Amino acid sequence: MKNCTITIDNKEVTVPEGTSILEAAKKVSINIPTLCNHPDQTVKANCRICLVETKPGKLETACSTKVRDGMTINTVSKLVRDTQRGVLELILANHPQDCLKCIRNGKCELQKLCEMFHISKSNLEDEIDALEKDESNPSIVRDHSKCIKCNRCIEVCQEVQGVSILSHAHRSTKYCITPAFEKKLVNTLCVFCGQCTSVCPVGALYEKDDTEKVWNALYNDNLHVIVQIAPAVRVSIGEEFGAKPGTKVTGKVVAALRRLGFDKVFDTDFTADLTIMEEGHELLDRINRGGTLPMITSCSPGWINYIEGFYPQLLDHLSSCKSPQQMFGALSKTYYAKKLDLDPSQIFTVSIMPCTAKKYEAERKEMSSYGYRDVDAVLTTRELARMIKSASIDFLNIEEENFDEPFGITTGAGVIFGVTGGVMEAALRTVYEVVTEHELENLDFMDVRGLEGIKEATVDLNGTPIKVAVAHGLSNAKKILNQINEGKSDYTFIEVMCCPGGCIGGGGQPIGSTMKVREERIKGIYDVDKVMPLRKSHENPAVKELYEEFLGQPLGKISHKLLHTTYSPRSEKIDFDYLQWNNEIALTEE
Amino acid sequence: MNRTVNIISKNFKKYNPESIEEYLELGGFEALKKAIEMGPQEIISTLKTSGLKGRGGAAFSTGRKWEYSANVKGDKKFIICNADEGEPATFKDRYLLEYDPFKVIEGMIIAAYTTGSTDGYIYIREEYKYLHNKVRKAIELAEKHGFLGKNILGSGLNFNIKVVSGAGAYVCGESTALIESIEGKSGRPRLKLTRTSKQGLFGLPTLVNNVETLAAVPPILEMGVEEYIKYGTHTSKGTKLISLCGNVNKPGAYEVPFGITLREIIYDIGGGIKDGKQLKFLQLGGASGAIIPAKLIDIKYCYEDLEEHGASVGSGAILVADETNKVTHFLKSVQDFFIHESCGKCTPCREGNRQLTKIINRFVTGNASVEDLKTVEKFANVMKYASFCGLGQTAPTALLTAIKYFPVEFYQQIDRIRKTS
Ligand SMILES: Cc1cc2nc3c(=O)[nH]c(=O)nc-3n(C[C@H](O)[C@H](O)[C@H](O)COP(=O)(O)O)c2cc1C
Ligand code: SF4
Ligand code: SF4
Ligand code: SF4
Ligand code: SF4
Ligand code: FES
Repeated sequence: MKNCTITIDNKEVTVPEGTSILEAAKKVSINIPTLCNHPDQTVKANCRICLVETKPGKLETACSTKVRDGMTINTVSKLVRDTQRGVLELILANHPQDCLKCIRNGKCELQKLCEMFHISKSNLEDEIDALEKDESNPSIVRDHSKCIKCNRCIEVCQEVQGVSILSHAHRSTKYCITPAFEKKLVNTLCVFCGQCTSVCPVGALYEKDDTEKVWNALYNDNLHVIVQIAPAVRVSIGEEFGAKPGTKVTGKVVAALRRLGFDKVFDTDFTADLTIMEEGHELLDRINRGGTLPMITSCSPGWINYIEGFYPQLLDHLSSCKSPQQMFGALSKTYYAKKLDLDPSQIFTVSIMPCTAKKYEAERKEMSSYGYRDVDAVLTTRELARMIKSASIDFLNIEEENFDEPFGITTGAGVIFGVTGGVMEAALRTVYEVVTEHELENLDFMDVRGLEGIKEATVDLNGTPIKVAVAHGLSNAKKILNQINEGKSDYTFIEVMCCPGGCIGGGGQPIGSTMKVREERIKGIYDVDKVMPLRKSHENPAVKELYEEFLGQPLGKISHKLLHTTYSPRSEKIDFDYLQWNNEIALTEE
Repeated sequence: MNRTVNIISKNFKKYNPESIEEYLELGGFEALKKAIEMGPQEIISTLKTSGLKGRGGAAFSTGRKWEYSANVKGDKKFIICNADEGEPATFKDRYLLEYDPFKVIEGMIIAAYTTGSTDGYIYIREEYKYLHNKVRKAIELAEKHGFLGKNILGSGLNFNIKVVSGAGAYVCGESTALIESIEGKSGRPRLKLTRTSKQGLFGLPTLVNNVETLAAVPPILEMGVEEYIKYGTHTSKGTKLISLCGNVNKPGAYEVPFGITLREIIYDIGGGIKDGKQLKFLQLGGASGAIIPAKLIDIKYCYEDLEEHGASVGSGAILVADETNKVTHFLKSVQDFFIHESCGKCTPCREGNRQLTKIINRFVTGNASVEDLKTVEKFANVMKYASFCGLGQTAPTALLTAIKYFPVEFYQQIDRIRKTS
């Protein structure tokens, strides 16, 4: 490829043809301000903040303009700064500037720009659109009076997830980013993945905050409050406190949760192991008895929402297993309650999840065991960080602690549930040994690892080759579903995760989940797996004990009642009754 | 004195546009035959010599544009005739389609032949609904006579034309928004990372030209370029269709040679100001064009001289305003147009128009402040430099030139209310 030599602020730099001015400037340590630009997305060039002078009197956007050989660029001329400030002033004049009360305070890209430019006074008259917040659903809040119309959420919703709920409407000052016909999210087929909240540069899309609900439970002396942490949280929450992405902070989260006042701190990895036992046996059962194949995993609630909404005819392909979060909840109100001799109503089960769709899942009416809600409150990684901060815990320096028993005994197979390909790999480790009765020599199934959209592998089970596939990001899942729909799928088992990279890239993870950050978190997860003394779900002694003491055997009667579920087609208008618990919450909050 | 000329407008009202025979009698499709004899290379070099520039507003060399397109390879290539004509005070494309549709079609076929294109679209603004079927009829007749379809005149060219209706927004006249609109998307300008000539409609090579640009090609080939460039000035060659309107006695579309003075246009062609009033200012090129005060009417109407005064030919609109017009009130009508037409996609245009509207309204009502004048100028410049597309970049042109030429009118409106009470 040809190289171009250009001069940026009197500094010469040579870059390959096709490089943007923005990237070229980074090479000489100049960070041109941006707002609509996102490293994983296509160039939009609609905010116009990144203007630089490419010829005297000519401004071009650095994000969208490719370098031309011999170009001379000025990023600090009077014209550049005046225009950039002018654009920022224009945004601010239409922006509710309530940073102190804003969920994105401190992590907002607009706020950072304001800090850079320090606009103390503007002659513009504010005109702020008073638009109603959409708090119609359990997962996502849309406050589009704060929207700066960057279109990032649209790209993630349409291209990455292929769901196309968000789009733009109207023109001029009425231009806005909205679901079709300005419906509330609850009345659309939004899957509540929260990927839009994760790319939004400002506080226009965010997780529904349930921290107060959890504080109230913690303050209630009559409640035994327990908590589970999903695998993906342990390699990401550190970022909220300044640690590098992928830093493993399991022991610190456990300690922090105890400081917050949780009675017991457990690990979702435990029920991930349990999921493998149930799901692995379900798969073998389907293979042996000629059930619906390919079987598809069911632990990602955004994915469940998707297939229920868009491919209801394929619901039989879903494994009937509840997700690890819900299995944990079900056990907490039954097995665990019995063990502690507590009434299930006295137990308040919280989960810490990388995911906004988990909030919705916990509210589904199918998710109750013996009449009790499996999981009472779901906090995303971001919300837990918020609680830890508000409790003044010095997170990075807190002494590490261990999980409680019995749901704290886990394996490497449980931990890799947090990444794309992890459920598949965990299942294969178990299914292989159950079927062949041989010990697996190499536990690492490299074919199903990594960030490629669709991955495939073939495994030999006692002479029968079975073909498996792994997809992450719903637009990839869609391709696989279309194959099944057309009768062209030759897979036996498929893992689907709603979010790119799997749960480590979930919509509730710390802001800034770029692909690069996702890679670091994935590395963190595999590092944890590698050093676990046990790395196969069926070797988990606590799981074995659970079967002996309570469940009997995988796919047994009790399992069936507690750990498995059913699915139903989802239409555009979600009936509020469908969220059985919604009314109850509304009542208790009043 | 008649100062108009008859090059592109030669056939206006000379034949029945529903009869291709009458067009043929007037020498129709001779230029196409000549073009096929010349071959693409010679056509391109002829156009370059003719100095023909895009008449849609951007004034890019048509010869060079066609050359780019001819050099792009592709089995399917598009030509779009831009008849969105959304610029206020502009109606010359309507005259062309109404009185000489075959010339536009002939121009498109020559363009197709030159660039190797296969499919043509004429994107006609929705408001010209009555023209849609007339143009369709003309296409049908041309097809029947073998000027469209397969192996046109034995040249090996296969080319068809369809009429599509505009989406009713001004910005849809911008070539990339127009393409989005034909693709069935909402008409907002798209980011051009590659030239439209390479990746345009449906991602395929596309040439977009204004109606008048296309209609100018047959006469140039027919009369010969040497003859054509006898009209106009050394640097602005040939002729231009103008849309003259406002407070003049004889509004209408006229063809003039470049280099004619504004005075000649207004007084000799337009018959002077209505009711014997005094001229106050002109707006050139439509709502997005500059305001020129009466004292400058002896400048020549050509690309270079206008540019010297911060104005441009643009679409060819010339709006005449007499002494009774208040500049600030006039700006309000321009501003109302742009805040209505902004697509909303980019910050400077969406938010800039919102703010300019507020401030201009204060000037109109007479309660503007001294800061308002500075603020309005500052943000007009932000829009000009920072907007995504031509709409936002040119929306404040009238305002900025008004501040330059009529500062007193603004001062008069500052705190008028407080001063008088
Ligand atoms: C806001 C906006 C509106 C435009 N409207 C028109 C129009 O109505 N007709 C037109 O021919 N060109 C219009 N243009 C110019 C086109 O983008 C394009 O430059 C032109 O059609 C190219 O043809 P030409 O080279 O023959 O001029 C508009 C441009 C902008 C920015
Ligand atoms: S979105 Fe950002 S700038 Fe706006 S109020 Fe929230 S923190 Fe402040
Ligand atoms: S939560 Fe997911 S599906 Fe819903 S709007 Fe956001 S990105 Fe789209
Ligand atoms: S909601 Fe957020 S991501 Fe979507 S356009 Fe608005 S600011 Fe951008
Ligand atoms: S300048 Fe921006 S907002 Fe205005 S019409 Fe063009 S793209 Fe749309
Ligand atoms: S970052 Fe370049 S225009 Fe928004």
